[in-house]
Amino acid sequence: MARKAEVCTLTRHYVNNDVKAESRSKLFWLISDSWVLAKRSIKHITRNLDQLFSVALFPIMFFLLFRYVFGGAIDTGDISYDNFLVAGIFVQMLAFGANYTTMNLAIDLQRGIVNRFKSLPISRTAFLIGHVGADLVRNMMTGLIVIGVSFLVGFQPVAGVIDWILIFVLAALFSLAISWISAILGLIVKSIEAAQWIGFIVIFPLTFVSSAFVPTDTMPEPLKFFAENQPLTQVIEAIRAWMVGTPIGDYGWLSFAWCIGIIIVTVPTASWLFKRQTIK
Amino acid sequence: MSNKSKRDNGDRLLSSSVLTDNAVSIKGLKKSFKNVIVLDGIDFDIQKGTVLALLGPNGAGKTTTIHILSTLLLPDGGIVRINNFDVVKDANKVRSLIGLTGQYAALDEYLTGRENLQMIGRLYRLSHKDIDRRTDELLELFDLVHASNRAVKTYSGGMRRRLDLAVSLIASPPILFLDEPTTGLDPQSRLIMWDIIKQLVSSGTTVLLTTQDMDEADHLANKIIVMNGGKIIAEGTSEELKLLVGSERLEITITNDDDFEQATRVINEENLRTDKVSRKLSFVTKGGVHQLKQVLSQLDEANIIVENISFHSPTLDDVFLTLTGHRTNTEAESSGKESGGMYID
Repeated sequence: MARKAEVCTLTRHYVNNDVKAESRSKLFWLISDSWVLAKRSIKHITRNLDQLFSVALFPIMFFLLFRYVFGGAIDTGDISYDNFLVAGIFVQMLAFGANYTTMNLAIDLQRGIVNRFKSLPISRTAFLIGHVGADLVRNMMTGLIVIGVSFLVGFQPVAGVIDWILIFVLAALFSLAISWISAILGLIVKSIEAAQWIGFIVIFPLTFVSSAFVPTDTMPEPLKFFAENQPLTQVIEAIRAWMVGTPIGDYGWLSFAWCIGIIIVTVPTASWLFKRQTIK
Repeated sequence: MSNKSKRDNGDRLLSSSVLTDNAVSIKGLKKSFKNVIVLDGIDFDIQKGTVLALLGPNGAGKTTTIHILSTLLLPDGGIVRINNFDVVKDANKVRSLIGLTGQYAALDEYLTGRENLQMIGRLYRLSHKDIDRRTDELLELFDLVHASNRAVKTYSGGMRRRLDLAVSLIASPPILFLDEPTTGLDPQSRLIMWDIIKQLVSSGTTVLLTTQDMDEADHLANKIIVMNGGKIIAEGTSEELKLLVGSERLEITITNDDDFEQATRVINEENLRTDKVSRKLSFVTKGGVHQLKQVLSQLDEANIIVENISFHSPTLDDVFLTLTGHRTNTEAESSGKESGGMYID
């Protein structure tokens, strides 16, 4: 016993051969690795004050801007602008939040840490899932803040329990879809600076040329056609219908179809792009 | 009897032609980025439990070699094996055998030291119990216990490097790649790193490190490979390289330009280098007092006033001058700008 202790102090445990890797299924490790990496990014949200600040402040700013500055001049017909606006801001904030996937991915790729992750026996996709997963958590926080603030400025929803569940399930799916698009942008950009603006070039037109803040009726014909048929409008109108009882039409199934379709296309594309970076 | 000898023979054939006892085995490794050839046919082996240093200036191909060995890059040609596993075909197996410490600390700034270790431990697939045990061991060994619950962004350069190496060791990989492990460290942190690397090797780890510093290679490595422009230009033990380069140089600084001119005529030593601007003369010494005395008396007789005398161990630059006839690119650029000095062989 004493002798064993002596040997231990001599080798000083720089190397400890008692430590062995666990053996489990591939699927187990894909989930485990993704969770470990998502946990890392979630810790970033609470420890990086900039991120926390924008998660809380952005929705409040946009709310006040549209409700009190533009709101008075916008005619939303039968329904009050307070009630019209909430779904728009809610979806816009989810879309803006996805830009963090682009940014954080670009930062990881520019710095040495990505080399460490790539040299580990983990699935390459887990690295991307970790980023997107943390984005989902951040977006759900943002979503709750939007709803909270909206009540303060006079939001009167008619949604029941099932409507709220549908709203948050769709919000989660939409968040995943747009985060995977953002992941692709983060893998394509060559610098952190480019990552900062590229997301907005894609997301700004999508959020503003939609039914987020104004009814689409007054837009010129080509713009109106785009606004009425692009995915954000489907998601906004579906959520608006569940929140304040506007007609749902085809928006319900169309919004789910868009989100699932985008995820099916973007997940393999992003994984392929990330793997290709290794092969360069 | 004959059966047994047949089998022995078979075993020997197997071990010599297919399976080797080398931790790393590289044959004909080639890599280009677009049209630039970065590695132009590299061959070397690293015996298990030894240290090999890749010595060379920036752009020699050292980091690219490490990146290929650690499966971050694919080779264009050649065979690269780690413990007999191919880095292309068995990449995931290779990844479980290696630890990588890059030129820039690959740490998460917002996580604490402990969290960094735990995260990578889990990604190496260790059990939670093993992770906790290893984390405590390594924090203590690397003198980081006091900082273990602080975010890494508050760490000093030396602490980051130590944590970076600790993270690479969490799963006790048998093979470790260290890319310029002491670049940018203060002298004390550097000595600590050297000590850690030596202890690692004595506990059986195989180490491949890159460095621009002859002294570092000399201290740590069993074998040194000198690289330049994607090729190996020399290899051997540090003693063998020093024999090639000359063991030590004596450098004399003269007080004024006239005396300097005269001194260059007076001193008649082998491999004399002169630098007009800084008024320095240097030559290979055989280390004898006699030679020193002789040179000094020659200078004294000619009434030349000596400002300073010093001994220098051969540097990477000396190795390069001897092997290639020109200085390392980076050195030549910077010294050219600073002093306009020229060495004349």
